[in-house]
Amino acid sequence: MIPEIGQFALILALGLATLQTVLPLYGVWRSRADCLAVAAPAAIGQFVMMGIAFVALGFAFYANDFSVAYVAANSNTQLPWFYRLAAIWGAHEGSLLLWMTLLACWSLAVALASRTLPREVASCVLAVMGAVSVGFLLFTLFTSNPFERQFPAPVEGRDLNPLLQDPGLVVHPPMLYMGYVGFAVAFAFAITALITGRVDSAWTRWTRPWTTAAWVFLTIGVTLGSWWAYNELGWGGWWFWDPVENASFMPWLVGTALIHSLAVTEKRGIFKSWTVLLAITAFALSLLGTFLVRSGVLISVHAFATDPTRGIYILTFFAVVVGGSLLLYALRAAQFESGREPVAALSREGLLLLNNIFLVVAAAGVLLGTLYPILADSLGMGRISVGPPYFNKVFIPLTAPLVVLIGAAAVMAWKRTRADVLRSRLWAPLLISIAVGVALPLLTVGTGALVAVAGCVLGCWAIATAFEDIVRRSRGRRVMLPRNVVGMALSHAGVGIFVIGVSLVSGFGSEHDVRLAPGESTEMVGYDFTFVGTRHVDGPNFTAEIGDFIVRKDGEQIAELYPAKRRYNAAGQTMTESGIDIGFTRDLYVSLGEPLSGDAWSVRIYHRPFVRWIWAGGFIAALGGLIALSDKRYYRRRATADKAVAVDRGLNPATA
Amino acid sequence: MRLFAALVLLLAMVNAQAVDLEGDQLARYHELNAELRCLICQNRSIAESDAPLAKDLRTIVEKQIAQGRSDAEIKQYLVDRYGKWVLYDPPLDSATLILWIGPFVLLAIGLLVVVLMMRRRREAPPERPSLDRDRLTRVLDEQTQPTDSASSKERS
Amino acid sequence: MMRWRLIVPVLVVFVLIVLLGYGLTRRPDILPSAFIDKPAPAFDLPTLASDRERISAADLKGSVTLVNVWASWCVACRAEHELITAVSRRTGVPVVGLNYKDTEEDALRWLGRYGNPFAVVAFDPSGAVGIDWGVSAVPETFVIDAEGIIRYKVVGPITREEMNATLIPKLEQLKGADS
Repeated sequence: MIPEIGQFALILALGLATLQTVLPLYGVWRSRADCLAVAAPAAIGQFVMMGIAFVALGFAFYANDFSVAYVAANSNTQLPWFYRLAAIWGAHEGSLLLWMTLLACWSLAVALASRTLPREVASCVLAVMGAVSVGFLLFTLFTSNPFERQFPAPVEGRDLNPLLQDPGLVVHPPMLYMGYVGFAVAFAFAITALITGRVDSAWTRWTRPWTTAAWVFLTIGVTLGSWWAYNELGWGGWWFWDPVENASFMPWLVGTALIHSLAVTEKRGIFKSWTVLLAITAFALSLLGTFLVRSGVLISVHAFATDPTRGIYILTFFAVVVGGSLLLYALRAAQFESGREPVAALSREGLLLLNNIFLVVAAAGVLLGTLYPILADSLGMGRISVGPPYFNKVFIPLTAPLVVLIGAAAVMAWKRTRADVLRSRLWAPLLISIAVGVALPLLTVGTGALVAVAGCVLGCWAIATAFEDIVRRSRGRRVMLPRNVVGMALSHAGVGIFVIGVSLVSGFGSEHDVRLAPGESTEMVGYDFTFVGTRHVDGPNFTAEIGDFIVRKDGEQIAELYPAKRRYNAAGQTMTESGIDIGFTRDLYVSLGEPLSGDAWSVRIYHRPFVRWIWAGGFIAALGGLIALSDKRYYRRRATADKAVAVDRGLNPATA
Repeated sequence: MRLFAALVLLLAMVNAQAVDLEGDQLARYHELNAELRCLICQNRSIAESDAPLAKDLRTIVEKQIAQGRSDAEIKQYLVDRYGKWVLYDPPLDSATLILWIGPFVLLAIGLLVVVLMMRRRREAPPERPSLDRDRLTRVLDEQTQPTDSASSKERS
Repeated sequence: MMRWRLIVPVLVVFVLIVLLGYGLTRRPDILPSAFIDKPAPAFDLPTLASDRERISAADLKGSVTLVNVWASWCVACRAEHELITAVSRRTGVPVVGLNYKDTEEDALRWLGRYGNPFAVVAFDPSGAVGIDWGVSAVPETFVIDAEGIIRYKVVGPITREEMNATLIPKLEQLKGADS
């Protein structure tokens, strides 16, 4: 019964989403206020229906209703309840449901906030989001229905993929999808701008917080994904340049570019058509990611079970949405061309223009590397692989200049900055970052890898300049600094922390394969690892061999680690659980290989200096975005802005 | 302790799984493993896989490094058997030209556009004063027409 | 007024869609062999269950041959076993087995239980020859012409459709060219 309610709710949601799209667009076309007014209630209704469907699937998982094929394929009675709930998004159908539910959440948020937007704009934005919803709902109902029943129902489910049985599954996909889907809002604003022909500072002021919010979620999602892969894949790596990881990274890069270009468009009224294009591109890349994960065109660690018909559907949908949007762009964006507005080399807009070039080219590089195997194949050049060595070689030279630019960000004024101002403000951070950037690795890991030390200096540069800006601005001020200033500084410092982490872990990380019998020990970068032995433990839905390791430094015990090999009962898959000693300046990471002769095991030991800084940097950058989002100026002027635009367009303020 | 380490090393030599290389050779071993694709895995290098084939390939890499073969020779050995698919670091040739130079060509175009945008403005002195938004805003603010001031305040 | 710059994005996306559409028609997990149209790699192995006899690449020359890489521990090999027998019977092409990473005892028991479709089986317990042949997943089947050149390769178990649609026509064609 419950699954049928869920399915019925999906059908109703489809109906409401259709209303949400068709009527407001008609209303915009014919200036019919009554049609425009449908958008918000329809969006709210759609949200309720998606909520019901989502809860229904959650209940089917919770109650182990194996007559639902999707539940039977991805759950098991032995699975702990929190993983049963997280298993909702453990595979294709359910993760699609999550995607749409989150889209409904964003639509709801827009609908609720729309009172401060002119009705025409709000309705048009909701209509575009509704159209995206329609596409995904049709896709779900026709090719990927999570509520499909099977009779007779199996007694036991096939269990969730063991790789996903990790706390990471509970938080990572919702965050990532919130980010992906959040760009639908910026996208909808961009389409609205193309339809209504207006990109003014009011438009940018509405678009900015939505974009920042999506960016914050995506940043958290990508960071969590990296942290999860590090914990779960068992190879001490934190980023694999896998097609699916790239699929989440490309919208992030373009979204970051969008945030910066929105700032220019708001402050200087230039780059308008570029900003609109970026907003479309960020969402297009989100959709592309959805396609790559679900179509099976590329081989990936994370891909869902794939099916060509799904691929065909998503590609068609992608072609309609993105192709249509860009066609609209080609036809209508000319009116946003700002003509001969000056851009000085030494100005904030000049800097942000460079920022955009580097970010977009970096995203294009990732896209090219990700899709190149298909391109080479289609041009008859044979099958080739493009992996981490390529991405590292290409991506680092494209992004290192960005970090240099970050340093100048706070100092640069709009329109024109004198070179001597730059010099007088930047020499101190420069000296500090060189001193700290060299001292930090020297005191902790050594200075063997020069590139890594250079990276560390670069990271310190981003932090020092952000700090300098805050100190200088708050000197002699009684009131708090504006939140967007603090947020920007914090995000830039987060990037610096991330860069330090990446540089030092890549330059100074080491690994060691050894064969250890109980009682034996091995030494690595000053740490002594003793293998005590293994013991057998039964988990809720697996059995495990746990290895006991004692780590000593200078004869003193500093940690006990318990890497494990788990064997999951339902499908018999084996998973490696790593044992990690977390530290501020280094992680020690042990993973069990496999049993060798006697009681001995092959063991891999990794030394990962400053690896925590990578995720700390990501979270701090996201926190910066969150603080910027709380800036008053996004909320204070809403009422007047609304009236202003209404008056501007000759509508009656009372109805807007 | 040293005796222990020696013992571990000795045992390592007996077993194929633990690696019997040191210093530069060991570093090369790890680097090469990370650059070679485990052909039967879902996009992992042979360094990151427990698949039997990955183990065989690691053993081959280890043996050939010990025999003094260069990285290029080892890669060629594997390409002869498995094709270029095995290389995660595709060498620059006619098939990968776009891959390797594409991003940098794009960057060059981007930077060229930036330079042109910045140069063009300075070389051509504006015949009429360009639209200064801030000044416009100020001027509009001073005016008293309610409709204009409302919209211009929004821009300030 | 339309400017050419504004048309670039839609053109890029058009190319992208065509590319992805092409990608959908391909199977990324199936690898073509690096040996197609190249001579079969050299090897020299003992035959299964005999101490003296050996088989080498030279023995593959002279007539069209099928080389089937198999092992007793390989589940998929069991699935294609019947089809390998059928191919051999229908085309008269001899099948040379390459027993990969197996023990002699297990291999012989497997042949005893399911029947022996092979004219001769080369025994490669270390898997070294398998690597020389670029074997990535067992079973794999190579079609070798009378000159000892590899002309075709099937990765994974042969399916009935594949056998009828490609494998047998390929073998007949090569035999025709040979005679």
